Formats: sequence, C-alpha cells, structure tokens
Amino acid sequence: MGFEVLLKGNNIIRLLEGLAVALKISMISVLISIVLGTACGVLMNMKIPVLKQLLRIYLEIVRIMPQMVLLFLVYFGATKAMGINLSAETASIIVFTFWGTAEMSDLVRGSLKAIPLIQYESSLSLGLSRFQMYLYIIIPQIIRRMIPLSINLITRMIKTTSLVMMIGIVEVLKVGQQIIEANRKTAPNAAFGVFLTIFILYFIACWPISCLSKYLEKKWEN
Amino acid sequence: MEEILRVNGLSKKYEDLTVLDQLSMSVRSGEVVVIVGPSGCGKSTLLRTLNALESIDGGEVVLEGEVINPGNKNLSRVREKVGMVFQSYELFPHKTVFQNLTLAPLKVMKADKKETEKEALALLERVGLSSKKNSYPRQLSGGQKQRVAIIRALMMHPELLLLDEITAALDPEMVKEVLDVVLSLAKEGRTMIIVTHELQFAKAVADRMIFIDGGRIIEEGPPKEFFEHPRTDRLKKFLHSFSYEE
Ligand SMILES: Nc1ncnc2c1ncn2[C@@H]1O[C@H](COP(=O)(O)OP(=O)(O)O)[C@@H](O)[C@H]1O
Ligand SMILES: [Mg+2]
Repeated sequence: MGFEVLLKGNNIIRLLEGLAVALKISMISVLISIVLGTACGVLMNMKIPVLKQLLRIYLEIVRIMPQMVLLFLVYFGATKAMGINLSAETASIIVFTFWGTAEMSDLVRGSLKAIPLIQYESSLSLGLSRFQMYLYIIIPQIIRRMIPLSINLITRMIKTTSLVMMIGIVEVLKVGQQIIEANRKTAPNAAFGVFLTIFILYFIACWPISCLSKYLEKKWEN
Repeated sequence: MEEILRVNGLSKKYEDLTVLDQLSMSVRSGEVVVIVGPSGCGKSTLLRTLNALESIDGGEVVLEGEVINPGNKNLSRVREKVGMVFQSYELFPHKTVFQNLTLAPLKVMKADKKETEKEALALLERVGLSSKKNSYPRQLSGGQKQRVAIIRALMMHPELLLLDEITAALDPEMVKEVLDVVLSLAKEGRTMIIVTHELQFAKAVADRMIFIDGGRIIEEGPPKEFFEHPRTDRLKKFLHSFSYEE
C-alpha cells in the first residue's frame, strides 16, 4: 500500500516538518490579518467615501484573483521585475495576509453594522474619543461574533498552503511528492499510502480547530 | 444665577427638512428646563446638537463660554461637561453595571480608581441598585437600566444633564422609579434639560417650561402659567391632546 516508505529514514519527521511549515505560514498570516482586517473593517465603517471605494476594490481583487496567481505575482513578479529579494515564505505570508485581511475586514464591517447606533452615541456622549469608543465598546462587542469566523479562516488557510509548494516551499505535500519520487523503483504504489497519511495529517491539524469554533459558537449562542 | 448654556439662532436641516429654525434659548446654572412638543418637532435633534452629536447649519451653541460644534478639537472635553441619557437602552451589554459606571471616568478623566469605585457604589446605593453591581444589562429591567444610565452620566460630573424621553420606552409601572431619581437630582440643584411627555412630572420638576413646534420655541414660562394659562393656540391644542375631558 505504500505506508512502508514512510518508515524509511526520517521520512515521517520530514512530513511533520512540512506540516509545521504550512501551519506556521497560516498562523502568522491569520494573526496579521486579524489586526489589519479589524483596522480596515473599522475604516470601512467610517463614512469616508474615497477610502470606502478603495477598500471595496481591494476586496473585489482578492475575491476574483486565484491565490496561485497572487502567489506567482508577488514571488516571481516582485523578485524578478522589481529586484526585491523575497524569500518564498515571506512571499506566501504576504499573499495569505493580503487575502486574510480582505476576508477579516469584510467580517468586521458586517459585524459592526449589527451594533446599534446608540452604542456609538452613548460612548461619545460620555466623552470617549473615537479610538477609545472602538477599543473599549465597539470592538469587544464584535469579537465573539468574529472568533468562530476567524477560526474558520485559519482552517481554510491551512488547506490552501498546499499551493505554496508551487513557489518552491517544501511543505507537507511537497515532502510527500519527494518521498514518492525517491521510492519510485522500490515501491511504485507508494502514492496512496503517502497521500492518505497527508490527508490524515491535515485532518489532525484542522479538526480540533474546527471543533473549537463549533464549541465557541454554541457557547456564545445566547 | 450665572448662565451655563446659550443657544443663538440655531438652525438644523436634514436635506430639505428644516428641523430647527433659528432657535434661541439659554439655561442658568441650577435650572431645570422641561421641553415638550409634538412628536417630530425637533426636541431630540435640539438635545443632540447640544452634545455635538449633530452638526448644525446655522447659529451657535455656547457652553460655559465655549462654542460647541462637531468639528471641535476638544470635543470630548466639551462632552464631558454635558451628560446625556437617551430614550432607548444604551448600557454597554458586554460590561457589568459597575464597569458601565466606571469606564468613562477611568478612561476619559483618568480618575483615581479607588475614588471612582467608591462613587459608583454610592450612586448605586442612592438609586437602590447596590445588589445589581455585578449584573449585566440584560439581567436588568428597563427601569433599572435607565436608572443605571442616569448615574452613569453623573459619574462624569456633568455641568449639564440632558434627558431625552428617558421613560418613553418603559412599561408604565417602571416610569415612577426612574422619574423619582430625576426629581431628587432636581432637588439637589442639578442643571437639566428634560424632554418628556409626562406632564404631571414636568409640572413637578420644571423651573421653566418650553413648548417647541416646527423647530421653534412657541411659548415658554414658569410651569404654573404654562399649564394653567397657555397664551398660544398651539400650546392650548397641544395640552388639550393630553386630557380626556369633554
Ligand atoms: N438622521 C435624520 N435624517 C433625516 N431626518 C431626520 C433625522 N433625524 C430626525 N429627522 C427628522 O427630523 C425631525 C425631528 O426629529 P426629532 O428631533 O427626533 O423629533 P422629536 O424628538 O421632537 O420627536 C423629524 O421629522 C424626523 O423625521
Ligand atoms: Mg425624540
């Protein structure tokens, strides 16, 4: 079936390391996306026409463009055309953050819409500055709504990290391919075992996160 | 007594609709002014401009010698001087009653923590809600929420308190517990502008009554004359709409 090739040498360790790369890229990207996305969402909520239009265009670009194209654009485009020296990992974090920020800002904007006007007005009339109002009153009220959704974003990002091997990052799927290649002569049918193992690894990484989000959603329902 | 608020020729429009039409008034320190008028005549808009929640299209609002407008740099300092309580429930749902009271003093005035907490407890005691200190707003009745909203405004030591139909959304049996708090504030000499439809209460609390219609002051005066000898037809008609006699 092909499982035996995984026991050769340090193949299992290499797979796990590949998974760690995928997790690292998505975690860093999500953390940055939450901060930037919240800021963008708040900005979109303020009634500044030009800014709103720009952010809308940004959202639309992210929605339309395949992540892979963005990845190539940033990695090959930036490194070759502009002479900026980006590591493949940095390039992927930039692209994932670009995507995550768009999704988060849309989430934040939607949640902000649900906050009654009176919450803003009573904050202001107590003398809070706009910054304090968002910090202490408005954002804390949308966080509960946002946490399950941002966890969902993390799992989707972990899944999508399989794309980053296209720009040469050795993540779990790439390791799997390397193992299969290296054993093509001795174990020509290794593919099934290796990919099934990878499937299980992704599952083990994403399932607890997914459960956590369901749990939080239930807990905060009322 | 010294003048605390002056409104000069204040105008406010929403597109074509003139909501406030060159309205002028002034309020002296310690005075309780009650504003009545038909629904939609501009009462809420007037109070909101006094707290710079609305921009204005003409005239000016001067609070203790300082001109208020929403473009001001020191807006939040001006707003500290003016406390406001609204008709709809406005407590912060994710904060306990106690945190609702202490948040603004601690963050805006950078007040001493111990002093602030002591004051919050004393105010809760005063409105009979000590036991609700650690409750969340959703665990309170409407009347209790409004009492907390009033003392939350007091925590900022406002020079002027604006109350906009604070009992209009309450069940009838809760109206009195809230208005009693307002009466006690009037007795201790707070400066207030109150918008209400509770005419009995208005009679009891007002130093001066103002009747607004169509964005203008139609009639004003001490409550006794205002209610017993209205001079204008419009006020007569308005007062009559509250009575059930033939
Ligand atoms: N944000 C707004 N946009 C447009 N019209 C408004 C707005 N707020 C209030 N109005 C209108 O202004 C008028 C006065 O409103 P308001 O001050 O709330 O009246 P009152 O408090 O006396 O019932 C009403 O006709 C109302 O429909
Ligand atoms: Mg009103």
